[in-house]
Amino acid sequence: MKNNPVRVVDQVKMNRTDPERTYAPPVASFLGYRYIPAERQMLHSFLSDKWVLGASVMLFLMVCCAIFAHWIAPVDPIEQNLKESLMPPIWYARGTSPYYLGTDRLGRDVLSNIIYGLRISLTVGFLSVGLSLLIGLTLGLIAGYKRGYWETFIMRAVDVQLSLPLIMVAICFMVIFGQGLWKMIMVITITGWEVYARTVRGSVLSLREKEYVEAAEALGLDSGTIIIKYLLLNALTPILVLTAVQVPRVIMLEATLSFLGVGVPITIPSIGMAIARGYQVLFSGSWWPSMFPGLALMLLVGCINVIADWLRDALDPRSREEG
Amino acid sequence: MSIYLLRRLYQALIVFFVVTLIVFLILHISGDPVQLLMPSDATQKDVQELRQALGLDKPLPVQYGLFLKNALKGNLGISYHHGQPALKLVLDRLPATLELVSVSMLISLILAVPLGVLASSRRGKWLDRSCLMGSLVGISAPSFWIGIAFILIFAVELPWFPSSGRGTWAHLVLPAASLSLYRLALFFRLIRAGMLDIMTQDYIRTARSKGVSEKTVIYKHALKNTLIPFITIAGLQMGSLLAGSIVTERIFAWPGMGRLFLDSIGVMDYPVIIAWTLVVSTIFILINLIVDVIYMWLDPRIRYEK
Repeated sequence: MKNNPVRVVDQVKMNRTDPERTYAPPVASFLGYRYIPAERQMLHSFLSDKWVLGASVMLFLMVCCAIFAHWIAPVDPIEQNLKESLMPPIWYARGTSPYYLGTDRLGRDVLSNIIYGLRISLTVGFLSVGLSLLIGLTLGLIAGYKRGYWETFIMRAVDVQLSLPLIMVAICFMVIFGQGLWKMIMVITITGWEVYARTVRGSVLSLREKEYVEAAEALGLDSGTIIIKYLLLNALTPILVLTAVQVPRVIMLEATLSFLGVGVPITIPSIGMAIARGYQVLFSGSWWPSMFPGLALMLLVGCINVIADWLRDALDPRSREEG
Repeated sequence: MSIYLLRRLYQALIVFFVVTLIVFLILHISGDPVQLLMPSDATQKDVQELRQALGLDKPLPVQYGLFLKNALKGNLGISYHHGQPALKLVLDRLPATLELVSVSMLISLILAVPLGVLASSRRGKWLDRSCLMGSLVGISAPSFWIGIAFILIFAVELPWFPSSGRGTWAHLVLPAASLSLYRLALFFRLIRAGMLDIMTQDYIRTARSKGVSEKTVIYKHALKNTLIPFITIAGLQMGSLLAGSIVTERIFAWPGMGRLFLDSIGVMDYPVIIAWTLVVSTIFILINLIVDVIYMWLDPRIRYEK
């Protein structure tokens, strides 16, 4: 207990929303606890957790790699070079210089493919989740605040989507629309909005019973102000946590769709497709074209998962005890 | 209770109809089946006749009605590729998929529940930390990559298990293991978090202060209450495994319905694609229904509320 300085401050944290707080925070530490002001709690728990810190640095590096792929990748990822097909990684005797992680069957560089593939994974991950968030948030707010006919309709749609396997819906839509990066972003957006709508509606339903919302209504504030200022801002915590959980899921879904050949077209270097191609040469003894892209994907998803876990624990005091 | 059950059934029916509607639209968008069925030298008159015979000259809602009628009779059309009824093709492959899914589900449950309980009772200790670490790898690794890695290690480097096909128990080991890893990690986390949450409840303190042994507290009071919400998630996961197993079936050349579905996408064999979608959705909806009924039966609060 003594070594955990965050815990004692839970009580102080409540004051964070109290506008009347004028007293100075207690400076002294007592009973061996260190006092940390509410404003700095998030930062402190972030810096004191080596795992989260490491994962964030790693994620930052990967995002940089993805953004500056053009300069970082040693060679063009879709450039074929049949003379140098299936070159092993550089630490093997046969490995040669620009191909640090070897080449695939058509002589394409594995490392460059991973770097460009990360770009696709991250683009799809953040863009689809962002769009789902936008749609789900709007519909959830409407359902929770306006109620009535709209709520029934929206929540029925949510129910329908929740009663179907996500991966099946995604594959079926991709089969109808055909391969394509934007099509995939669209399809993943469609398969992801309902979790937001459900969460936002739940938060809004409990928030609109609060006295301050009633007071705002009694004062005659227009519903736009009430929704944005009192409902949306107070529902941000669950939305943020959900987003952190959704991004790795979506990245995995993208890789799965591309692995199955219904995701991005073959002209775009994607990690899922690289693994699928690498699998074809697995039995001829070339393990690197399939193993390295998978490791990279695992690292990316793992880092985001670590950060998501931390975010959930840090933002939700109830789950903090769960560790 | 029966009102809740009826409402739940009604909901399941609506979902089923929405699925059939979507599937019907897939069929409609996917193009003119007459072109695929007719030989290239067919006359305009032949095409027109087939059109009429298939009911394709009727308005869309009527076509949907016909489709629904046929679907309820189990007639989902003839596979373009295999020349057999599509539904029969899918149902013939269903046992293989069910075998894979249920064995992998069983592996996940048998390992995850005891590990979750043990880890939560030794929070922060060596076992807890290493299990948490392992579960992070488990939820972060793509299942298709795990499958390939298993083949590389346990079939190519160490020739212990066959890498493809179905038949003996040895064939089942690698696909089931690679499919179960994600659920194992997920279930472990859920059980552990649920146990830690419940151990802070007042009734656990009461039980302890009564002098009930720690073993009874953990297994009788805490685990039972952890398992109630867990059943819902496990049921949902079982359903999504039916669809998710296609990836594993592809890697291990497992002759299940997922593999049939993937092959059918390759040749645009729409009746089989539709049959697979309908079979998976129907089983998923049924599992959801059963899970809800079990949940209702276990948790009296729902029974009395609704």
